[in-house]
Amino acid sequence: MHLRVLVVDDSKLARMVMASAFRRIRPDWELVEATNADDALRTIQGGSVDIALVDFNMPGTDGLELLARIRKGHPKMPIALVSANLQNEILARTRELNAAFVPKPLTDEAIEAFLSGATLRLQRTVQ
Amino acid sequence: MNIDASELSEIEKDALAEISNIGVSRAAASLRQMVGEQVLLSVPAVNVVTRQTASRLVERGQTKLVAVQQSFEGPFSGRALLIFPAAQSLELVRSIVGEGYALEDVIDLEQEALAETGNIILNACLATIVNILHRPMQMSLPSIIRGDGETLFDVRSVSSNGNLVLFLYIDFTIKNRDIRGFIALLMDLPSITSLKRVVHDFIDGVERQPASNVGRRV
Repeated sequence: MHLRVLVVDDSKLARMVMASAFRRIRPDWELVEATNADDALRTIQGGSVDIALVDFNMPGTDGLELLARIRKGHPKMPIALVSANLQNEILARTRELNAAFVPKPLTDEAIEAFLSGATLRLQRTVQ
Repeated sequence: MNIDASELSEIEKDALAEISNIGVSRAAASLRQMVGEQVLLSVPAVNVVTRQTASRLVERGQTKLVAVQQSFEGPFSGRALLIFPAAQSLELVRSIVGEGYALEDVIDLEQEALAETGNIILNACLATIVNILHRPMQMSLPSIIRGDGETLFDVRSVSSNGNLVLFLYIDFTIKNRDIRGFIALLMDLPSITSLKRVVHDFIDGVERQPASNVGRRV
């Protein structure tokens, strides 16, 4: 499956780390980047985003708010919050949105786990 | 020091902000466990400033502050501080030990509770940064400083030449409690040079994959 993944993070370094992980574990997937919520929503409205990975602590709209907005329009899209902020309230809100939580610092294993689950869900949606 | 370290490039600033943000977010999760309430964080700020400017940034009109500080030494060195208004120190201790204690007990506990809280939070922050950068650091025991921003940042005792510092800070608020403060990292200029090297090694590591699993915790 060739998929298009949206990575939203205000930090260039964080986007580089994510891109680096994708080059190792999903080299043939397409990565699109956004630096804030407005950018991200515009990209998603443009269509053809299959999966979204969203940083939590961003200026303006935070990652949870952004995920909530994405969820409204895309009830089945696999989405994940990416953060080192492992507080119960944040994990609970992430679950409420039916989103995954990928901890920072990123590991290939954590992204792999999310992507494998996401791929399965998307295959089921297609069938 | 004639090091032109005040010229941090955009990607260096970005990397420092992101790495410290990960550290502080982990620290906030520890603080949340201790106080039982959500801890809200700002977006991190990274600047090269004078110690005076740094001290004003944490004062915000409050000149009576308490800080728990730990020094760290390694490829770069400096201090990590947990800072909040002195008036909120007892409230913080009370929210950690629970409501079932008399005021005098809380006052007795204050020093120790602050040092322990600071130790857990600052360690969570620094240990995360160390693991990301793969550079071991030595950390001192926590100590408590009381006073205005200039006292916290040693403004008066530093020779005029070396008073530019790399200052990273995030402010936090504890939900449902009247407690807010800062987690701050302060690094001297000679440290910044080696910090820049470490940050570049890290960025190179990210770009030069797939050999290593960058950003991975050890």
